Amino acid sequence: MACAVSTEPPGAAQSHPARRPQTSPVLAERLRLHPRVALRPEPFGALAYHYGNRRLNFLRSPDLVRLVDDLGNHPTVEAALVACDIDPSRWPSFTRALASLAASDFLETVEP
Amino acid sequence: MTTRTAGGPKGETLTDELKRGLDAPICLTWELTYACNLACVHCLSSSGRRDPNELSTAEVFGLIDQFAAMQVFYVNIGGGEPMIRPDFYDLIDHATSSGVGVKFSTNGSRIDASGARRLAAMDYTDIQISIDGADAATNDAVRGEGSFATATAAMDHLAEAGFGPFKISVVMTRQNIPQLDAFEALANRYGAELRLTRLRPAGRGADSWHELHPQPAQQVDLYNWLIERPHVLTGDSFFHLNALGDQNLPGLNLCGAGRVVCLIDPVGDVYACPFVLHDEFKAGSVRDPGGFAAVWRTSDLFRSLREPQSAGACASCGQFDACQGGCMAAKFFTGLPLDGPDPECVTGHGEAALAGVSAGARPEPTLNHSKPSPVAFITKPRR
Repeated sequence: MACAVSTEPPGAAQSHPARRPQTSPVLAERLRLHPRVALRPEPFGALAYHYGNRRLNFLRSPDLVRLVDDLGNHPTVEAALVACDIDPSRWPSFTRALASLAASDFLETVEP
Repeated sequence: MTTRTAGGPKGETLTDELKRGLDAPICLTWELTYACNLACVHCLSSSGRRDPNELSTAEVFGLIDQFAAMQVFYVNIGGGEPMIRPDFYDLIDHATSSGVGVKFSTNGSRIDASGARRLAAMDYTDIQISIDGADAATNDAVRGEGSFATATAAMDHLAEAGFGPFKISVVMTRQNIPQLDAFEALANRYGAELRLTRLRPAGRGADSWHELHPQPAQQVDLYNWLIERPHVLTGDSFFHLNALGDQNLPGLNLCGAGRVVCLIDPVGDVYACPFVLHDEFKAGSVRDPGGFAAVWRTSDLFRSLREPQSAGACASCGQFDACQGGCMAAKFFTGLPLDGPDPECVTGHGEAALAGVSAGARPEPTLNHSKPSPVAFITKPRR
């Protein structure tokens, strides 16, 4: 369920800075789903389970599931948000969700 | 289980979403056998003798394949004593190699030094050793003579084998709530995690519940003790105590029966939760066409449990949001209506309701695998 490549021209998100109310340091990071995390689709989004630390996490939005699943294909979180066509007004809630997932090791940083 | 949430639409709580059910259970309890070398007085499944109709090894393997296809992340294996099954290690290996993690509960009688080494070498196997007292006298009164020594010997073997942090699982009773600190000390001594769960009046527990269930003041002690220790595992079983304070105990705070939880018994029958092994709460069988997935997703019983439930007599109580009306199984087996207070309601409504239960209103058990010898709580005075 990788996100389609954005149909907007490159740099479209950056051309509307006013629509981005705040920036998060997460935007510049390169993250991916931890290899020991499994996602199970559910009506509300997905259940994520970490076979390493045995934790369960609820991804409560289908868009968040698409984004999390696709993160590893993009050089930054911001690029993934653009590719997944997430409206910039929703970026703050998505970056908060990603930061929380990273804090519990559901996402890992990809070293350059 | 540690749960977190990320994202989520405004106005809709995770609990609301979970009440409508999931495509597969989060917490699936699977009882492998009714055979048991012990005869605990509160056994939820009235175990003792093996059922001749028990799932075969081939059926068990097929069921694990269904779990894997449904992405059931892990199963909670119990019994009876699950390690009695001769194919126990084979099915654990099959589950873990299929991506289905295993957490199993045992009385420890089959964990000797070599067994502990074998378990320590396995990937993704969690072990819960059951005790119901922090000393032999308290434990053995419920679980039988010598069972405390057996359990602690198993813990010693696991520790020597370097298994890592296993769990010590305790059902909270009137007799052992004064030992909460002692349980914590025991767990700390082994580097183990402590898991405390609620006594249910199910199985043989229906007969021993009146002697064993905590008294009101003890419920307050337990709630306060748990609030101070959010790391202690509870399987979300004490949400009925949430009405005792401003703060909810960690967990989902809902009855998960048929929504996020179910039980598969040794003959493949599927029940709404581990505490309601009774025909009234049987949704189907994994031997039915369509297997477990069809029972979970389409059975009439589970569909009805996912409908909005009436708060009934509890609707006018200001604490309903905190306690959610308590435990369906506790009400059912004490003869109380399901849309009324829990028998251990912390505001005292349960006691009043229990007093009004007429003789013979308690449901007759529909299953019993107890051994012929009588099972009774040992009330002999302690030295």
